Amino acid sequence: MPAAKAPTSLRRLFDEIGTVDQVGIEERVAKYTTRSLKKKSKVFGLRLAVSMVDLTTLEGKDTPGKVASLCQKALHPHDIGDIPTTAAVCVYPAMVKHAKKHVGGTSVKIASVATAFPSGQAPLKTRLAEVHAAVNDGADEIDMVINRGAFLSGEFGRMQDEIAAVVEACGQATLKVILEVSELETFDNIRAASFLAMRVIRPGDFIKTSTGKTSSNATLGNNQVMLEAIRDHFLATGIPIAMKPAGGIRTAKQALHFLIAVKETLGDEWLNNRRYRFGASALLNDLVRQLEKERTGAYQAPWNFSEATEGY
Amino acid sequence: MPKSPARTKANPARELVFGDLWEYDPAPETADPKLKPRYDLFINGSFVPPRAGKYFATINPAHETKIADIALADASDVDAACKSAHKAFTNVWGKMPGKERGKYLYRIARLLQDHAREFAIAETLDGGKPIKESRDFDIPMAAAHFFYHAGWADKLEHLAPGRQIAPHGVVGQVIPWNFPLLMLAWKIAPALAVGNCVVLKPAETTSITALKFGEICQEAGLPNGVVTIVSGAGETGAAVIQHPLTTKVAFTGSTEVGKSIMRSLAGTDKKLTMELGGKAANIVFDDAPLDQAVEGIVNGIFFNQGHVCCAGSRLLVQESIAEIVLAKLKRRIAVLRVGDPMDKNTDLGAINSRKQLTKITELVKSGVAEGAEKYDTGCKLPAKGFFFRPTIFTNVSMSHRIAREEIFGPVLSILTFRTPEEAVEKANNTPYGLSAGVWTDKGSRILQMSTLLKAGVVWANTYNKFDPTSPFGGYKESGFGREGGKQGLLDYLSVG
Repeated sequence: MPAAKAPTSLRRLFDEIGTVDQVGIEERVAKYTTRSLKKKSKVFGLRLAVSMVDLTTLEGKDTPGKVASLCQKALHPHDIGDIPTTAAVCVYPAMVKHAKKHVGGTSVKIASVATAFPSGQAPLKTRLAEVHAAVNDGADEIDMVINRGAFLSGEFGRMQDEIAAVVEACGQATLKVILEVSELETFDNIRAASFLAMRVIRPGDFIKTSTGKTSSNATLGNNQVMLEAIRDHFLATGIPIAMKPAGGIRTAKQALHFLIAVKETLGDEWLNNRRYRFGASALLNDLVRQLEKERTGAYQAPWNFSEATEGY
Repeated sequence: MPKSPARTKANPARELVFGDLWEYDPAPETADPKLKPRYDLFINGSFVPPRAGKYFATINPAHETKIADIALADASDVDAACKSAHKAFTNVWGKMPGKERGKYLYRIARLLQDHAREFAIAETLDGGKPIKESRDFDIPMAAAHFFYHAGWADKLEHLAPGRQIAPHGVVGQVIPWNFPLLMLAWKIAPALAVGNCVVLKPAETTSITALKFGEICQEAGLPNGVVTIVSGAGETGAAVIQHPLTTKVAFTGSTEVGKSIMRSLAGTDKKLTMELGGKAANIVFDDAPLDQAVEGIVNGIFFNQGHVCCAGSRLLVQESIAEIVLAKLKRRIAVLRVGDPMDKNTDLGAINSRKQLTKITELVKSGVAEGAEKYDTGCKLPAKGFFFRPTIFTNVSMSHRIAREEIFGPVLSILTFRTPEEAVEKANNTPYGLSAGVWTDKGSRILQMSTLLKAGVVWANTYNKFDPTSPFGGYKESGFGREGGKQGLLDYLSVG
């Protein structure tokens, strides 16, 4: 095997970054779910969560029309009350230019998945071309997938080089690196992949759990593994990396548990949408539903809230 | 929310900010614990006033306010109690088929679950432990012990196949204040399952849930005299232990009191089991998953304000990783919440009594005086009530009092070691031997350490885990006899 392709030993990486005990981490995150949020602290958490949502539609049947209503929803999550805008809308590259018409120049960013999302199984050249296209169409943020094949076969150098190439292709756009945790399977692998990615991205770029296209997505457990990796990387280098759990976070309660994990692991400086995001579609509806409940003191009739990402 | 571009400069200070950006509002548990203003003795199936008419106040350690009056049993009350227990043993309980006894135990277990919320609140009110611990640990675990032992009641012949077994008769039991209802369950459930009757003396500062348990016995229709609860102080306990009708004594508490009980019973043929103090070593090797080890260290020493006999009060950490473990530990305890035990977000509640707070304070002072380096989170404590900040000591040597004596509070002493042999040597260099913890990625080392450590329980890559099926007890001055599992049942039987 040529030297350039020689796999780096995972073991050697763990000697450097340490391993994760699954039982222990699950015990830790279970404690977040027993925190009880009431009154003002609940409203603060819900509003914070709204401001962190990357409102997402990633379907084959997406149309300019659906993207338009998604953008409206991102700008005005509810027709009454004072509810913040979401952080971004997240769409396929072909939809970026349509989103641009609606949210361009507003506080809502346009995020686009690229790099042959969700599998990443396309030639690097193709993947980079996709990134360029999305950025040229006006994407502020690019959500890429890592080469899981390269990671699992131990070709860490290749995996990192590809991320570095995407960083370059992004230009001014923020990068979010999707590890696709369900395909990495173990917490040890998630920690390792987090470090490999963080070492080649820029301050303020993100690591992200999942595409939302596989059987399991963000959990408090894998979120915690990645938060701790971010913390350790920050303490070692001073470089703050942001975090985005995606997929599977459907209820306001879940979102609050994730935020409690952020508060107690990374502290106040990560409690904003520059450092933490939720990749979600249905979540926003429940956040708004709960905020309305807190505002009015009662749950509103179910027909006041659509379950559709773009609906009201 | 500010929406500036994603580029943020590196933070040269490289420290995390655990500030007040997002405070949790108080989330107090407010249900009614259904307490009585005055608790009498539970003797022969009913609540009776003490013969001398004496009561003492039990207070809420978080607010220093009185909760209720508790009956003070003297020798004559204890005598009546033991006689009724003996009568119940001879006439009813000792003769009852196991499967019938089992039904009562199942009933008690279910009733504890039915009244779980009420018991959890009463426990927190009287003892100061955080509501989330009494709600998620103490009460469910107490019910689990009754369920587990109920299952044994009709299967006792499998405990010692081919041998004759018989209950002792009346068992005198004295329990501590750190897990009032749970210790009661550890004691009462196995004793009843095998056919003994019990006379139990709860700790002076935490009698309420034991006396409420008397109400559960009534609701379960338990025959009169099978369970007797006599509240009081040391003299009451001594009267229970020394009463001629108690043929077996089970004690959980300090080594000092345990020794005096053993002295007082020398020459009698009473059976004894003792679960006494501890000074457990929690050993972290350099290959351990450090964040989870830190979590285990926190569980080990700050669970129940460190009022745990098996608390991991001595942290032995491999020298090469001592600094990083300490830094992680400090960061972790920065987010521990100390305060009102009734708040669902409280991690550390109140110290059980002023006496215990004084003892902790005194030992911490001795640590500073002897040259160890003290660190605490500096968190705000409530103005009233007995509270103590999570505290860790570094630069501790084996000769320091804080490394040798049981503090029974949220105080961790950190020592270092270089080799596994040194770790074992230091861990075993204590009169105690109740529990220990080992943190390593290496399976073979776990097995080796568990044989070398002279401790009744060795946890590997976890800490403070309990289960009714697992025997618990000590080596050396941490006591003898086991509670839980098959071994625990055998300690309540004579095997012929």
